[in-house]
Parts: sequence; C-alpha cells; structure tokens
Amino acid sequence: MTAPLLEVRGVSRRFPGVLALDGVSLQLAPGEVLAVIGENGAGKSTLMKILAGVQQADEGEVLLEGRPVRFGSVREAQQNGIALIHQELNLADNLSVGANIFLGSEPHRIGLIDFRAIEQRSAALLQRVGLQVSPRTLVHRLSPGRQQLVEIAKALSLDARVLIMDEPTSSLSQAETERLYEVIRELSAAGVAVIYISHRLGEVKELAHRVTVLRDGKNAGELAKDEIRHDAMVRLMVGRDVVVEPREAPGLPTEPRLRVRNLVSPEYPEHKVSFEVFAGEIVGLAGLVGAGRTELLHTLFGVTPALGGSIELEGQALAIRHPLDAIRAGMALAPEDRKGQGLVLEMAIRENASLAAVRRDQRWGLLDFAAERALAKEAITRLNVRTPNDRKVVRLLSGGNQQKVVLGKWLALSPKLLLLDEPTRGIDVGAKQEIYRIMRALAEEGVAILFVSSEMEEVLQLSDRALVMHEGRISGALDRRHLTEEAVMALATGARHPEGVPA
Amino acid sequence: MKKTLGILSLLIAICAFTAWQNPDFLNAYNLQNTIRWTALYGIISIGVSFVIITGGIDLSIGSVVGLVGATLALLLSVKGWSVPAALFACVGLSLAIGLAHGLLITKLRLQPFVVTLCGLLLYRGAARFITGDQSLGFGSNFEGLRAFATGSVPLFGGFNLPYPFLIMACIAIVAAVLLNLTVFGRYLLALGRNEEAARFSGIRTDNVIIAAYVFCSLLAGLGGILFALDVNSVQPAGFGEFYELYAIAAAVLGGCSLRGGEGSILGVIIGAAVMRVLYNAINILGIPTHLEFAVIGAVILAGVIADELVKRLIARRNAPA
Repeated sequence: MTAPLLEVRGVSRRFPGVLALDGVSLQLAPGEVLAVIGENGAGKSTLMKILAGVQQADEGEVLLEGRPVRFGSVREAQQNGIALIHQELNLADNLSVGANIFLGSEPHRIGLIDFRAIEQRSAALLQRVGLQVSPRTLVHRLSPGRQQLVEIAKALSLDARVLIMDEPTSSLSQAETERLYEVIRELSAAGVAVIYISHRLGEVKELAHRVTVLRDGKNAGELAKDEIRHDAMVRLMVGRDVVVEPREAPGLPTEPRLRVRNLVSPEYPEHKVSFEVFAGEIVGLAGLVGAGRTELLHTLFGVTPALGGSIELEGQALAIRHPLDAIRAGMALAPEDRKGQGLVLEMAIRENASLAAVRRDQRWGLLDFAAERALAKEAITRLNVRTPNDRKVVRLLSGGNQQKVVLGKWLALSPKLLLLDEPTRGIDVGAKQEIYRIMRALAEEGVAILFVSSEMEEVLQLSDRALVMHEGRISGALDRRHLTEEAVMALATGARHPEGVPA
Repeated sequence: MKKTLGILSLLIAICAFTAWQNPDFLNAYNLQNTIRWTALYGIISIGVSFVIITGGIDLSIGSVVGLVGATLALLLSVKGWSVPAALFACVGLSLAIGLAHGLLITKLRLQPFVVTLCGLLLYRGAARFITGDQSLGFGSNFEGLRAFATGSVPLFGGFNLPYPFLIMACIAIVAAVLLNLTVFGRYLLALGRNEEAARFSGIRTDNVIIAAYVFCSLLAGLGGILFALDVNSVQPAGFGEFYELYAIAAAVLGGCSLRGGEGSILGVIIGAAVMRVLYNAINILGIPTHLEFAVIGAVILAGVIADELVKRLIARRNAPA
C-alpha cells in the first residue's frame, strides 16, 4: 500500500456510560474507497464525526499525510481537505444549486455575493459529479439522488481530499445509485480517498477496495478486495454466522384474505392494480424506488383514499376513507417513514405501543391504564424491545427497537393483514434478523403480510410470493420457484419476464 | 407535576416580594380581587392551552370576550331577552366561532395564526357594530346573575372565596381529566407532537383539532360572560383587548410549548396567577403604570429563559451518549 493519506491510531471516545470507540485504528490511501461497516452502535458515526471535526477524540491520534492533526471544528477539518456528507441531506431546498454549493463560503466582491463566480464555479463542479442541471435550479426541484450529487459537489468545492459518506444511497433510486457509483469511481481515480459507510452490503461489494469492520467500538477485522463477501462481512459484524433458513411454503386456503380489484391510487390515476394476499402468506412488493409501492400501501390503508376499484378483506367489501376504517377492518401499517409517520418520538414506549389500542380499551372515554401497561409489557417481551422500562422516550431507542415498538402498536390489535413498508430500513443486521423472525412467526399464526422492500436480498429471503411494481402498475408476480434476482429486476425495470405469472 | 414547580416558585417569589414591600398585598380585599381576576383569566387560559397543545394558536380570544360580553349586555339590557335565552345565545355564538375556526383550519388547511387573526379583527368589528359602539352594562339589574362573577363564599377571618374561583376550579378539574385521563386527551397530546403519526395510528385528527378550537372559544365566551358581569360596563372597542396575549402568556408560562404536545392545566392556572399578581404588584408597589407591560414582558421572558436553561441542564444530566 502507498503511504497512507489518513491514518487513525488507537482512537477512543467515551460518552457518559458508554465507551463509543475503544482504540480504533484505520488507514486510508489516496484514491482508495474504504468501506466502514458495522451494526448500529458499533461506533462508525462517532469515528466519522471525529474525523470531520464534529467531535473530538479522548485518546489516540489522527494523522494526515503523516503529521498529527486535531480538528476543533468542522471548518478546520474542511480546511484540511476532509468533508463529511451526512446521511440526511443538509441542503437549503429553497435556494439554488449554486447557492447551496457555496453556502457559507460565497465568493464576493465589495461585500456583495458574486453570482457570476458562483455560477461558473458551480457549473464546473456539477460537471465533475456528472449532474446536468443549471446552477440556478432550485434544489427542491431535484430528486433526492440529484440532491446527493449536489452535496458531493459542495464537498468538492472545498477541495476535499478525503470524502466521508454516511449511508449515501438510503434515499436513492437504482439509477441514481448507479450514477453515484460512477462518480465515486471517478473521484477515486482522481486521487480522492472515500470512506463509505453503508448497511447495504451489496454496495460495499460493488464499490469498496477494502473493508474495515467495527464492532462494539473496536476494530473487528478487515477484508481485502478479494475477501469481500457477504457472509464474511456479516460474520465480522455480528461476530457469528447468520443463517436464515428458507421457510416451508405455507399451504394456502382457497379464499384470499385480501382481494384488491382495479384499485386506483391518487398518485397513479391512470393505472388499475389487482392482486390477492392469502392468510399466512408473506408477499413481497418489489420494485424500484418511485414505482408506486408506498402509494399503494397508503391507498390500501386509507391515507390517500382510492379513486376507484374495490378492496375486500375476508370477502367483505370495504370503503376505506381514513386509516381508522382500515384499522377497524383489521389492517395495520408500519410506514416507511418510521419517525415521521410511525411513532410519536417524544412520547414513551408505553404511549406509542397503546396509541392504536386506547380506543378499544377505553371505558366511557377514559383511558384504561392497567390495560395500557399490560399491552406495553407484552410488546416489549414478545418483540424483545431492548429498554430498561416502558417509560423510555422512543426517540432514544435504536432504529430496530423503534420498529419493534411500531409493530407492537399493531400487534396489540391482532391484525388480519399487516402492511410493512421497508420494515428494516436503517436497522442493523442483528435487529433485521429479529424483524424477519417476527414476520415469520406472525405468518405462522395466520396473519397475511404484504411488505415493501428495496433490498433485493430481503425480498428473495422472505417472500413466499413477490409482486413487482413498475411505474404504478404491478408488472408481474413471482412465486417461490420463479423468484430470482434477475426475474425481479426484469419486471421492476419494465422488461416482460417470460416466467412472470399474472398477479 | 415537576414541570409546574418552576412556575410555582416564581409565583411564590413574586408574592413574597410584593408582600414584603407592601403588606397591603395580603389584605383580604386585595387577595380576593386578585383571586377573582386570576380565575377569570385562568378560564380563558385553560381554553387556549388546548389549542396550543394541538400546535395551534388562537389570537381571537380577546375579541370573542368582547363580542360575547357585548352580546350579553345587549340582549339583556336593550333587547330585553330572558336570562336563559341570552346565555344560550352567547354559548351558541362561542360554539359557532370555535367550530368555524376548527373547520377552516382542518378542512381548508388554513394556518391557525391567520384564521384567528382574522377572527380577532372580525369579532371586534362585529361587537362595535351591534352595539353602535356604545358602552353597555346591566345597571343595578340582574343581581342574581351578576353574583356568579361578583359573589363569594365567606370563609375564615373575613376572607371570602370568589365564585369565579369555584367556577374555574370545576373547569380545571374537567380539563385536567380530559387531558390526562381520557382517550381524547391522549389523542390531543399525540397529534400535538406528530399529527401524521397520529393519523397513521387511526386517530381522526381533524375532529380532535376542531374539538380543541370549540373548547377554546367556548371558554373564551364563558370568560366574556363573567368579565362582563363583573365589570358591569362593556365598552365594545376595548373590552377584552389583549386578553388572548395574556392567555397565551399564561399557558406558555404554565408549561405549554407552542410547538405543541405539552401542557399542564395546573401550570396554566399558576401562569394566569403570575400574570395577575404581577399586575397587582405594579399597582400596589407604586411602580409607574406606564411600565406595566414592560415589567410583565420582562418577567415572562425571564421565566421562559430560566425554564429553558433548567430543561437543558436536566437533558444534559440524562443524556445517554
């Protein structure tokens, strides 16, 4: 390996009650793409924050081109050529692309912003990241993927030599992800070193020259390019082998639990959607981001009521105008936007878990606190929510535990049909397996499950049957035997698959 | 409970300081008056706290007080309506106003600030129009009705507990039960923090929000009736002016967050008491009355700053990482 551009030696960082980083080391060569992976809480974010000057290390040192550095602020790190791109986009979406790129470091002449310089310099940067938009375009008009590229252009405007990306693809479509890969490869070829943090191991395989794995704040191991395999990464991350046994396909009853006929959702008024889900069945709803899967779940659940068509649950035709109608009929939805739509973050586990059930458990409008406590306790034990008690505010829980609270809220109502939208997004490997086990246990109990996932492996592993959506329509259904990555991708991208059976 | 300790200590501190500077503060007459007015302000403050908990605001309270007060005086003294009919009309008017606010805010998705700001102007104008901008009162009639606002229960040592305090206490108990022990209250707190998550959990958020605005206007209207009966002279241009701001200030002092989802009825009442005691202190301590607003504003600001600092201190001590 060439002389390291950046070296981390034995860095530790302590927070009250937790040792977030415990003597972590890593090296980064110019032009290298280093993937840093690990479960949530493994210390990835803390390490990146130290590198980017957001936080400071308690012990250990960081060397940039062999000389020790210590960044007191983000600005200092940036001046030394280290830029961090956060998982959440940090753009002012009411401003133009150019204004965002130079936000905080606007070129100026006699105290006024030099718009011409902004435009010229941003145009060059945009070209470098391969984004073909005018610097005057307002950011809110861009897709999340393109906004991500603006963030990268912004980092490049600082002459970054080390670019740290934290889960950059979590909101990108397939095409945008591909574009991002290209940009990263070009940057790497130009000598920019990239630290890439991701939960998506497929991406890591695709991009990384080397992988560093963190576990419990320590280095858990390293994989060279030719050692980067899915099972090897998972083993280092969780410290053991993880196997998901294939599930026996359930024997299905003749009558479907859910029957949807010619459903028209407001987002795609030109398409009619028809499909069925049986009791005890886990059906994956695959497709590219923006294919209309979330919109379909929202229409089923009454968030955006249908414009036409019929929804039948156990043979009963339903008129669903509001989530309450869907809930009363026996449906439940764990939404994709867990923090925005699934949970009241500032409320305790107990109140979140009981939010849907308090209506049922009331006595003359009064809350039944005993029932509420019992319900929260049941959710915590049954779903294995890691918390000292049910008074903990859900904002403080990890993503996996938050998702369990959402599930707990619905299981309290014993739903007949469970709709899950990206059930494991942003959740670490261990908790993912738990969510899978919960889904399977529910299916065994006879719950019909329809889940949306953008993770191919999840669809392949979990689905008894998969429906694939493309531009607002269901382009095909694949049963267990025909369920392969190629088949799903062909249907998702709009190519007709010979083995696709009608939905 | 913990949340109200701060504001309670502020109240005690102001009372102690005032009593120390001027013992007249503690005489029965002064105390009774302060309690009476605390109760009247407390009633409208409880109303607005429900709206604030939804994350909304009601700027029209003062004008509703003015319009309902003027309507009551007009119907009883000029139009010669019977007492039950006039009260019924006033309550109906308040309900209609609250319902209109709620519908505009939920169904048309207008901003609460805008809707109730327009209400502030509209009801003030209406009050001046229906009365011909003339002051109205009850003279020496309707003594029985006026007793609800002016009467009191004799207690020990020449001290009388004003009726409005009892009315407020009943309302406060109902409000506290509603907020803390009912499904409605739970929904209110949940949607105040995250309306979308509440809707996704099957809560008919529109209905809950409408109910909060109706409750707020109803209590503003009740406040209007009691204020009118108490002062016995409703001057339509100024009666109730700025009361919305006192009510909002009391709610915020009492622990309501304008971001929604938080509030304590006891805190709000103590907040209303702080406002009234401050006002009283300015009068009896001989502070120039021109400074009245400045002093009240400064004390509220100091209280809010202290509250925020304490919150941060607690948060830092409880921080997980």
